[in-house]
Amino acid sequence: MSEANGHGRAATQQGEGRRLASLTLVPRAATRSATKDFKSDQEVRWCPGCGDYAILAAFQAFLPELEVPRENIVVISGIGCSSRLPYYVNSYGMHSIHGRAPAIATGLAASRPDLSVWVITGDGDALSIGGNHLIHALRRNVNIKILLFNNRIYGLTKGQYSPTSERGKVTKSTPFGSLDHPFNPVSLALGADASFVARTIDSDRRHLTSVLRAAADHQGAAFIEIYQNCPIFNDDAFEPLKGASATAERLIKLEHGEPVSFAGGTRGLRFSAHGELEAVEVAAAEGPGKSDAAADEDTLITHDAHRADPSYAFALSRLDTADFRHTPVGVFRQVEQPSYDQLMAEQIDAARSRSGPGDLAALLAGNDTWEVS
Amino acid sequence: MTKQVQQLDHVIIRFAGDSGDGMQLTGDRFTQETAVFGNDLSTLPNFPAEIRAPAGTLPGVSSFQLHFADHDILTPGDAPDVLIAMNPAALKANIKDLPRGGDLIINTDEFTKRNLTKVGYEGSPLEDGSLEPYHVHAVPLTSMTVKALEDFEITRKDAERAKNMFALGMLSWLYDRPAEGTLGFLKAKFASKPEIMAANLAAFQAGWNFGETTEAFSVRYEVKPAPLVRGTYRNISGNTALAYGLIAASQLAGLPLFLGSYPITPASDILHELAKHKRFGVRTFQAEDEIAAVGAALGASFGGSLAVTSTSGPGMLLKAETVGLAVSVELPLIICDIQRAGPSTGMPTKTEQADLLQAMFGRNGESPVPIVAPASPAECFTAAIEAARIAVKYRTPVFLLSDGYLANGSEPWRIPDTASLPDLSQEFAFAQPGDRGENGFEPFRRDPVTLARPWAVPGTPGLEHRIGGIEKADVTGDISYDPDNHDRMVRLRQAKIDGIAADVPPLEVDDPDGAARVLVLGWGSTYGAIGAAVRRARNAGHSVAQAHLRHLNPFPPNLGDVLRRYDKVLLPEINLGQLALLLRGRFLVDVISYNQVRGLPFRAAELAGVIEDVIKHV
Repeated sequence: MSEANGHGRAATQQGEGRRLASLTLVPRAATRSATKDFKSDQEVRWCPGCGDYAILAAFQAFLPELEVPRENIVVISGIGCSSRLPYYVNSYGMHSIHGRAPAIATGLAASRPDLSVWVITGDGDALSIGGNHLIHALRRNVNIKILLFNNRIYGLTKGQYSPTSERGKVTKSTPFGSLDHPFNPVSLALGADASFVARTIDSDRRHLTSVLRAAADHQGAAFIEIYQNCPIFNDDAFEPLKGASATAERLIKLEHGEPVSFAGGTRGLRFSAHGELEAVEVAAAEGPGKSDAAADEDTLITHDAHRADPSYAFALSRLDTADFRHTPVGVFRQVEQPSYDQLMAEQIDAARSRSGPGDLAALLAGNDTWEVS
Repeated sequence: MTKQVQQLDHVIIRFAGDSGDGMQLTGDRFTQETAVFGNDLSTLPNFPAEIRAPAGTLPGVSSFQLHFADHDILTPGDAPDVLIAMNPAALKANIKDLPRGGDLIINTDEFTKRNLTKVGYEGSPLEDGSLEPYHVHAVPLTSMTVKALEDFEITRKDAERAKNMFALGMLSWLYDRPAEGTLGFLKAKFASKPEIMAANLAAFQAGWNFGETTEAFSVRYEVKPAPLVRGTYRNISGNTALAYGLIAASQLAGLPLFLGSYPITPASDILHELAKHKRFGVRTFQAEDEIAAVGAALGASFGGSLAVTSTSGPGMLLKAETVGLAVSVELPLIICDIQRAGPSTGMPTKTEQADLLQAMFGRNGESPVPIVAPASPAECFTAAIEAARIAVKYRTPVFLLSDGYLANGSEPWRIPDTASLPDLSQEFAFAQPGDRGENGFEPFRRDPVTLARPWAVPGTPGLEHRIGGIEKADVTGDISYDPDNHDRMVRLRQAKIDGIAADVPPLEVDDPDGAARVLVLGWGSTYGAIGAAVRRARNAGHSVAQAHLRHLNPFPPNLGDVLRRYDKVLLPEINLGQLALLLRGRFLVDVISYNQVRGLPFRAAELAGVIEDVIKHV
């Protein structure tokens, strides 16, 4: 038993076995690194109890799984509490400017396919000031992994409502309640035709790590919304989803190829006449008072993350309600599409194989020259 | 019919027509023929921002002016000797620039009552005597073209569209231009449409034959080739030269070229040109906006590319925050600003030099950025290489300030021997895995001479580090809010840029007799007009010195001395005195500003008058 395990581990260290899909052009580490290798010497300065700690710990513990040398990992962030994360990860990193991390990461990933590039952003950074860069990075399918820490509030500027705050939110900037309708980040990413869209929660380390793994195993842009608690300005925003009973009752853990079920298997999803998904009681063999909405098993939805058409994934994302009574988490969508950086490299290769590498003297001369002697 | 041949030393031709008449193409082809013939030349395209303004209207007029000569010339010329007016609107918009006695070639077919009324002519200027001061050649260009093409199986509309080639053929005959280049060009352009190709070739030939046989032209002109320095030449526009300079810099530095850009007039041709050259490993990224364009470039720079973004004034503003980040993280970045008339959208296709102060100061905090400015279209090539040299050597963003006039104007360019270009790979080195001290890797430990920090690109083991826009501790690069550290870092960043002055060539002064008391100073695209004006003043017997700045931040180290050497310094600028403000502030020299912001280059004759006026009052 132990021998077999040891053998398997050695094989991994020697760089055999399947690479995660986003890393096919990234060098493989000679030796497996450990969580501590990804901790920088900088003191972590988030507020006590911040959800960011849990995400950072999960991220650092996950990175060794990439089997990528530390120097080939780059973490790029914007501005906001979450965007301080790169300072705490011992790799290459850039803490850039507000909203622009996807753009900066696009330039890096497009020019350096040998790097594993991660973007750390928040709801204000990615969806307000940087909304344009987010949707374009997603539609282009650049090989970057975007982690959006959604705490539904502006933390670093001390508590204004954000583009994911619920309408009516009373904050310093909205003493009479906010007026605007919030974004659903998963719906937005799907609307931008993102090829990988997922959601997870700061407090569920195992689930969070599984989603990170799935994102790393995706060639192209991956978008992950992480529900993250801000204990100072928006405490318990996701409380209905936390705790064992809440998890069992309200969370819909999406698994590709598995029937979608929640509330201990008593509820499932089916399509209504107009294409929305609705939560229904699963028809039970026994028990009194079968409700009108009870559905037969064969009309219930089995999760298929690989559907080319994003309509189903979008319908899933619209299940969200203000009271979190049924909230899907996991991978909503994962479809294979060529990534922008791959296509860009292919164009260069094709041009070179067609007519050879560039000749500067020939370029400068052009076709219409004359001699003066 | 044998025609008289008259020798001329220079000619200024202006082609003017509707935006849809193909005047830019006609001008380009005539320029190319002229370049191959061996004249020195300078061009001024002038076109509306609208792609197809309503046909036949004044806002829809597009023109192309070409100055060619048997000697070295500096400008596209103040006023045309010959005006080709393809319709009444073109005549009305341009006739005021044609001196009395000038040649006026008119396409009479377009002078219909409707077209005349459209631009406010009550009667036809062909008949009311208003054109008597000019030497008018009335030619029914459209109908003759259609007639010449009646055997071709093309629509009447396609036949009419070939009238610009008829005009080009006529002009090519009139000035004895070699036609082979244009014929080859048409064959390539219409390779997939053989009938249209044949029609255009026939229209060109018909125009040529018409010139030869018609009574409308009694004289044929000859402008001999100019005695240029030995070498192989081509004609080149500023934007093309700039794009080539970037490719050359990438090759010379051994760094892959990355351009992040968002389409904007008059800078888009840089994106278009670079997008063609994937064989050189060039990556062009058309971003979702100006901010993403510069952001992607900065990301590529972090990864070790020679990173560039190209834009014009409005885009400069949007990029400002990212340029500030580049100043703070000290990474190389080239920002090409092809200036245009502002503020706001301004006049997108018209030239101006009014972004200098924006480049100097348009960011928050103390944020110094070097500025390089080419003086002519061909010089955009060397300016791009110089901007790249400064960027990679000092790990700093650099502005390259061109403008609409340089971008679209063209001139003969002696193609440089690539072996003579500077070896940029000697100017910098990436940090290496071993570059760690006792305290590990220190991303802000500076080179003692250049004050540049290490350029440590991802993928280099042992140099993992984090950079960002928050103030960094000197040497370690850790986040720091320490007051003294901030004071030191602000001064270090400034000192790094100031120190570049020792690494740029001193300002050269052209003062042939050494007796001048007046210096005319300029920067950017005014070089040609100032040079031509200075020649005029000297020909009129005046002593006057000329100097032209290519480095605007930092200034060449001898600039202060040069300024103080003269009793008066005249500074013409196509803005309201931006460089003048900097010079007064820096050197306490009360330069005399001469300013125009008409969206057009200075006229040499006018500047000559200004120079003589200043000389009189010394």
